[in-house]
Amino acid sequence: MAGQSDPHISLFSAEEVEFMAEDELIEIVPNMRMDPLNFICGDFGPFLPQIATPVPLWLAVALKKRGKCAIRPPLWMSVEKLTQVLEGERDSQGAFQALPFHYVEISRLLFDHARDDIPDMYMVRSLIEDIRDVRVHKVETSLEKFSGTSAVKIPNLSAMEVNIIRPFVGRALQAFYKHDNPEKIPDVDRASSGQTRVANNEPRRPLRR
Amino acid sequence: MASGAGEWSTAQMDDYETLISTTDVELLKRAWRNEKAAPEILPFEEALVKRAKEQIQLMEETVDEFAESGHDPLIASLYQMDLDRAQFLLRSYLRVRLQKIEKFMFYIWKSDAYRHRLSTEEEKFGERCIRDIGKHLEETVLSKLPDNYQSLLKQSIISEEDDMVPEPQLDTFVVAKCQRATRPLFLDGSRQSAGFDNRDDHFQMVPGDLCILRYRPFQEELMSGNISLV
Repeated sequence: MAGQSDPHISLFSAEEVEFMAEDELIEIVPNMRMDPLNFICGDFGPFLPQIATPVPLWLAVALKKRGKCAIRPPLWMSVEKLTQVLEGERDSQGAFQALPFHYVEISRLLFDHARDDIPDMYMVRSLIEDIRDVRVHKVETSLEKFSGTSAVKIPNLSAMEVNIIRPFVGRALQAFYKHDNPEKIPDVDRASSGQTRVANNEPRRPLRR
Repeated sequence: MASGAGEWSTAQMDDYETLISTTDVELLKRAWRNEKAAPEILPFEEALVKRAKEQIQLMEETVDEFAESGHDPLIASLYQMDLDRAQFLLRSYLRVRLQKIEKFMFYIWKSDAYRHRLSTEEEKFGERCIRDIGKHLEETVLSKLPDNYQSLLKQSIISEEDDMVPEPQLDTFVVAKCQRATRPLFLDGSRQSAGFDNRDDHFQMVPGDLCILRYRPFQEELMSGNISLV
């Protein structure tokens, strides 16, 4: 099963999340001339020197690696914008600032492959790291407020953050649900985990208060 | 889409616009994510898979031509990358489905509604799987057990239900993104327990919303494309 995550561990591997992010569009400024590309995933180009054109991130990275273009970092990836986001992130306890769904992956790919195209690259990178930290911490604290319900809105959470909390939150909410509705879910909730539940036959002791 | 009778609202026009501007790769990606995230097997995207296969085949021919004609290697490699990405999506989509079929084959075969979600090839695969696994278990284990315990589907003959058949757990929680506004939903429609806090039992999503939800009440919304799983 090369190239595909094991569904039992985590739904999407980090590589798969990155794969999805690579389809996000980004502007490049080519330094060569090339005919339009008619891909399965859409048509891009034509490519003319010094004329900016939007392409998927994977294509931008591929061209950049070969020295064929410069990548224009997205607007949100500036020191000014990110400082605002970080402040907002620190000010509001419950809410998350609006950032692209794939901000972690996009910024990571650009740091890896297009460092010379990002003004104030070190500043930008440390800002994004700070934002990430604040947000992850916030996710952890807001988890305390989750209770037994069937749907929770998580506005502005990003793809990577969703992927990180999914296994835990999913199981936790399922456990809440199960305790609310003992008749609904059979006790063997993880048949695949291979755990046998020996303790089930023991006489139950009422909880003392 | 076919959701409403009569005239088209502006929202539906917008739908149509995004629908025709959405590439098959985008649709395939959505189908792949849904399939990976959903606990049960979803209806096979027959038309989409057919289109994707055709496009991939066409692209393979183009790439071969490039190689033969000694075209600019850069362009050839870019087309190859695009091809690889589409192929990965298609393969992964089909594989996830096969994994689910292997896991839930006996369950799927018990209900026509589930069986109709499979493609012809998947049905053949499932049939072979059931035959082989059945035969294997029969020969290695079941035939050596006492008479009362020889059923493939039941623990013993006193079991009223098929309690040895793994079933998809529809009450798992999934993360969903809203594509089109959903109808207000009563989350506890099927709930009987008294004393449940009814404060937020009706729930509505607007496009762009991201939620963690219990899969069961949102099944229809997923099938109709109002939400997609991430």
